[in-house]
Amino acid sequence: MRRAVNSVLLITLITGLSFSYISIAEQQPVRKWKPIKDDGIHDPASSAIGVLQNPAEALSVLPPDTAGNQVNWVKALRDGHIKPRTHLNKQGKLERLDTDIIMEDTLEMPNVLFPHRAHTEWMDCASCHDHIFKSKAGATPVSMFDILQGKYCGRCHGAVSFPLTECDRCHSVGKKRKASK
Amino acid sequence: MFRSSLGKISGFVVFLVLCSSVAYGEYGDVVLNKRSEAEGVRPVVFPHWFHRIRFRCKVCHTELGFEMRAGANDVTMQQIINGEFCGACHNGVIAWPTENCELCHSGKPGTKSGIYGGHETLGPGKW
Ligand code: HEC
Ligand code: HEC
Ligand code: HEC
Ligand code: HEC
Ligand code: HEC
Ligand code: HEC
Repeated sequence: MRRAVNSVLLITLITGLSFSYISIAEQQPVRKWKPIKDDGIHDPASSAIGVLQNPAEALSVLPPDTAGNQVNWVKALRDGHIKPRTHLNKQGKLERLDTDIIMEDTLEMPNVLFPHRAHTEWMDCASCHDHIFKSKAGATPVSMFDILQGKYCGRCHGAVSFPLTECDRCHSVGKKRKASK
Repeated sequence: MFRSSLGKISGFVVFLVLCSSVAYGEYGDVVLNKRSEAEGVRPVVFPHWFHRIRFRCKVCHTELGFEMRAGANDVTMQQIINGEFCGACHNGVIAWPTENCELCHSGKPGTKSGIYGGHETLGPGKW
């Protein structure tokens, strides 16, 4: 009898705690970045420690995300939080392309939507064409296996741009949607 | 049957251990250490997050000719001093000059060339 009461109490306590944890987590996603001095790749004995900027200082003021740098870089750029130069010596314009490419060879996963816009805001055509992707929809033999090996989309995603764990950001459209803009 | 699943489980455990021993860094940090340590200076740490706030990818990867593959660029200190690669900016005009050796050569001794970082993903940058 006592044991049963105890376990009921315990279960209530645990559920209560986890609920309050979840509500806290939902209210304010806590972003944390390792300080330079104990990030594991900088030498704590280097005189650069204390001079180099800690990621938290620069990144915590940018629009939040849950993976990678925990920054929504697309939004940060579009909303003008950052103004990265387009050229070495001046701020100019990049050729922007707004077309989406839909890739349908995805087995049971939703189709992939590749947005030219988000990419051409950050880079020029030569960053991808034609050494990574052909300039013809469906002409490049992209597969998830190769992407995970660091080819095609995996050149950047999983290295510098949002990581490959975020399946639904690429596999983002239903099987029915075919038309591209 | 039992053996093979045991194999998979131990494989997974080994994977987890490997992940936990992988050096951290912020997502997108690149270590350049082809020559540095062999020549008696600390490895170089290049932070993407810091630079992409200031420059589009295109500036370094098209204008300056950095290949998008960690370790693919054969960068020497002499080239940098001559104004190539990092030296196109770290020249006292666009950014502080090469005299600040320690700011670039700040890596932990023994850290290999490659891409580092991972907040949600602990893998070596491939995943
Ligand atoms: C396109 C120009 C450009 C190139 C190329 C470049 N940098 Fe920088 N870098 C900058 C600017 C601008 C700053 C900020 C300078 C300042 O605050 O005065 C900077 C700052 C830094 C910092 C200090 C970051 C901090 O926390 O303060 C490091 C380290 C660094 N660069 C390393 C490198 C290395 C290594 C390379 C070559 C692999 C490189 N940079 C190439 C422009 C560049
Ligand atoms: C950076 C974008 C991106 C991310 C992130 C991504 N995929 Fe893919 N995936 C693709 C592309 C592109 C294809 C190829 C589509 C085509 O050729 O039509 C693909 C294809 C696939 C396929 C089809 C089989 C194959 O090997 O090509 C599967 C299954 C798949 N992805 C699963 C996943 C899962 C699971 C995740 C998350 C762990 C994921 N993908 C994350 C872009 C992505
Ligand atoms: C981040 C990489 C990337 C960048 C940058 C990029 N593209 Fe693409 N582009 C793609 C991909 C992926 C495809 C689809 C290729 C395939 O399906 O084989 C594509 C396809 C195309 C196509 C064929 C479209 C069709 O319907 O057949 C054209 C044309 C094109 N790109 C032009 C451009 C131009 C112009 C720019 C610069 C303003 C540019 N791209 C920048 C990745 C890129
Ligand atoms: C040359 C580098 C590069 C390649 C190759 C690349 N991407 Fe990206 N991608 C980026 C960058 C940079 C961003 C900006 C966000 C970031 O850095 O996380 C981005 C953002 C995105 C976004 C988010 C757009 C938004 O509005 O939020 C999607 C979706 C995407 N990429 C899909 C793909 C797919 C699918 C492929 C392969 C067909 C691909 N990318 C190949 C660099 C690349
Ligand atoms: C802007 C960043 C930066 C600064 C500042 C800098 N270096 Fe380097 N240095 C590099 C990079 C990148 C490499 C190539 C790294 C590699 O692959 O090992 C390098 C390589 C070297 C090497 C290896 C041999 C060679 O010649 O390439 C030596 C030695 C070296 N640097 C010494 C110095 C000294 C001494 C200073 C200060 C006077 C200095 N560096 C300042 C970025 C920098
Ligand atoms: C200030 C210069 C600079 C800027 C800006 C920059 N990069 Fe890089 N990038 C580098 C350097 C340096 C390397 C390392 C090259 C090496 O190790 O040989 C690198 C390497 C890479 C790699 C290879 C990683 C790997 O896994 O091998 C990718 C992918 C990449 N950058 C993508 C990007 C994207 C996407 C952007 C824009 C969001 C960007 N870079 C902005 C300098 C830059």
